[in-house]
Amino acid sequence: MAGHSATDAHGADHGHHQMSFFTRWFLSTNHKDIGTLYLIFAIIAGVVGGTLSVFMRWELMEPGIQIFHGLASMVYGVEGDAAIDAGKEMYNVFTTAHALIMIFFMVMPALIGGFANWMIPIMIGAPDMAFPRMNNISFWLIIPAFLLLMLSLFVQGAPGGHGVGGGWTMYPPLSTTASGGPAVDMAILALHIAGASSILGAINFITTILNMRAPGMTIHKMPLFAWAVLITAFLLLLSLPVLAGGITMLLTDRNFGTAFFKPEAGGDPILFQHLFWFFGHPEVYILILPGFGIISHIVSTFSKKPVFGYLGMAYAMAAIGAVGFIVWAHHMYTVGLSLDAQRYFLFATMVIAVPTGVKIFSWIATMWGGSITFSTPMIWAIGFIFLFTVGGVTGVQLANAGLDRALHDTYYVVAHFHYVLSLGAVFAIFAAWYYWFPKMTGYMYSQALGNLHFVVMFIGVNLIFFPQHFLGLAGMPRRYIDYPDAFAGWNYVSSIGSYISAVGVLIFFVCVIEAFMKKRVAGDNPWGVGADTLEWTLSSPPPTHQWEQLPRIK
Amino acid sequence: MSDQTPAPQPKKERNNGAIVAMCLAFVFGMTGMAYAAVPLYKIFCQVTGYGGTTRQVEQASDVILDRTIKVRFDGNVADGLPWDFRPDQREVELRIGETKQVYFRAKNLFNKETTGQATFNVTPQAAGAYFNKIQCFCFTEQTLQPGEEKEMAVLFFVDPDIVNEPETKSINTLTLSYTVYPHEKTQGVAAVDDKQAAGQKL
Repeated sequence: MAGHSATDAHGADHGHHQMSFFTRWFLSTNHKDIGTLYLIFAIIAGVVGGTLSVFMRWELMEPGIQIFHGLASMVYGVEGDAAIDAGKEMYNVFTTAHALIMIFFMVMPALIGGFANWMIPIMIGAPDMAFPRMNNISFWLIIPAFLLLMLSLFVQGAPGGHGVGGGWTMYPPLSTTASGGPAVDMAILALHIAGASSILGAINFITTILNMRAPGMTIHKMPLFAWAVLITAFLLLLSLPVLAGGITMLLTDRNFGTAFFKPEAGGDPILFQHLFWFFGHPEVYILILPGFGIISHIVSTFSKKPVFGYLGMAYAMAAIGAVGFIVWAHHMYTVGLSLDAQRYFLFATMVIAVPTGVKIFSWIATMWGGSITFSTPMIWAIGFIFLFTVGGVTGVQLANAGLDRALHDTYYVVAHFHYVLSLGAVFAIFAAWYYWFPKMTGYMYSQALGNLHFVVMFIGVNLIFFPQHFLGLAGMPRRYIDYPDAFAGWNYVSSIGSYISAVGVLIFFVCVIEAFMKKRVAGDNPWGVGADTLEWTLSSPPPTHQWEQLPRIK
Repeated sequence: MSDQTPAPQPKKERNNGAIVAMCLAFVFGMTGMAYAAVPLYKIFCQVTGYGGTTRQVEQASDVILDRTIKVRFDGNVADGLPWDFRPDQREVELRIGETKQVYFRAKNLFNKETTGQATFNVTPQAAGAYFNKIQCFCFTEQTLQPGEEKEMAVLFFVDPDIVNEPETKSINTLTLSYTVYPHEKTQGVAAVDDKQAAGQKL
């Protein structure tokens, strides 16, 4: 790429626009084009994962089995009692696929591959990522990973069923001796490939952010989104190899006669849980930290104030990332940890509330006394802060080993992590979308539609997940297709919320299509003086190659 | 890092390679750590009795307390091993520190020689470290001829230290559970040797 532009005259941008469609989108080395591809991919994966969840809520709307036996006979061609059994397994396959898709193929590609790819080089004053070709490889690895996971839904998994139904955690022995078919192997390989993609991406971001900042931009002047992505990249680098190791052991246990997790040959299934959660807990911060960075920029932009406590915000994220590595066993309080181990993990987990509180209060302090404009991105950001705080509070509750023993694997946990992820991370993604959409496309969307999207989505997701707190407290367990009649009321409400959220997603698409049809010109900086990061000094959309003259930071 | 000099500079060598090398070192280091966790975890369990791992000892306790404790027994057979396996007594009550011998009974329901290996654990798991076995059929594989029935002994005591730990001092019932798994190499010379070894033990 560098060689190519060297042969052209400087600033001969129009030359690049003549790239063929195939060259531009399939052989892309441009961080903005790859970011766009990632965002499109994340939207597609999000629709697939969201559809799976609507099917689950549809099923759970009433006690008994309503739709999955029919779905199983349609998809897998089984009849009668076999269809009911296949339907039950299929429900578990849906929960598993929903989780894996939303985590690895929606939130991570959207925040890291999409927005970070698009904005990090621009925000730090770099012409592109450090390794543009590796960036391309990262994207094209995630496609086969996703296809492999989707294909696993249609091959043999557990006896008499298709797909992986053991949950995204894939605990043995359910994922080893109890699921003989190749579906689990395909899902494991899908995670290997997606993991390789993320590790390459992380190396790219670390190198870019450490080496390619504009002259004068010291690490303590870097935008908070760059801080968030830098920390996220380190978390990816340190946690994903452990997942890769764990699931490779699972793979060899399944296929090559090793006994890492087989008790009959001296292995220990609990070891997998330790390895999995050593990855799994940093993973939840990987999902949310980029969102933290984005929210800081949006809150600051629309309060027309610099973010409150910049250094505190940056190091709070670093602290969350670091402490995130030493709290993993709070997911495993019920496996028989010693009291001392439980005390330690309880305490360490609660410590995370401190830097998280620093962030929440700093956002509020940024707004305090600011000249606030309630534009669409700001509304989403405030929604994020509220919902994330609700999820954070239930998280502190669940950190208590004694309480967790009662709530483990109930809908209370489901409500908790959906408040921080489905509502937190997803609201951050939509906030970022509405914040940077004018910059990325050059067009302004209809703020009325964006606000309507927010209102419908906010009502929908709260209707889904708030009642799940009640269900969990009442003892309704996760990962079942059916429940006793006593739980019917709040499940009905929750399902209605799911349909409302689906309507919200439709409004999102209407909003995007409307913006492209109306072609309102957004201008370089539609958000005014509060938007003071470098991307707003460029044209909208930015030139194919930005910063041929590096910006200088005072 | 890249400050000073005005903007239009020729591409400066930024030493991306060093950063990539550092990143790759993290990646391979963490993969190695994942595998290193396997032996470390095993050692950790044996040393601490973590997760109900019981202890193997050479000699009986020299302290016997007045306090008694109830020990219950449980026997299971994993899929693929056609055995009937159960304890002779459901439970015994013994003084803490006292050495006790109990029997489990296994019968091969198959028409061929089969070999099984028992694994075990103790609940509550915190008490695993205080459950000491002097002799146990679970230390070796067990081979049964077609239709053969065998009595298999466990010689154990409960460590008197159990009354000193806050986690375990209020425990008054322990459960010792065995699961017999089919042994991979059930045939051949090894099986004969094992049978003799097992026969001598019992």
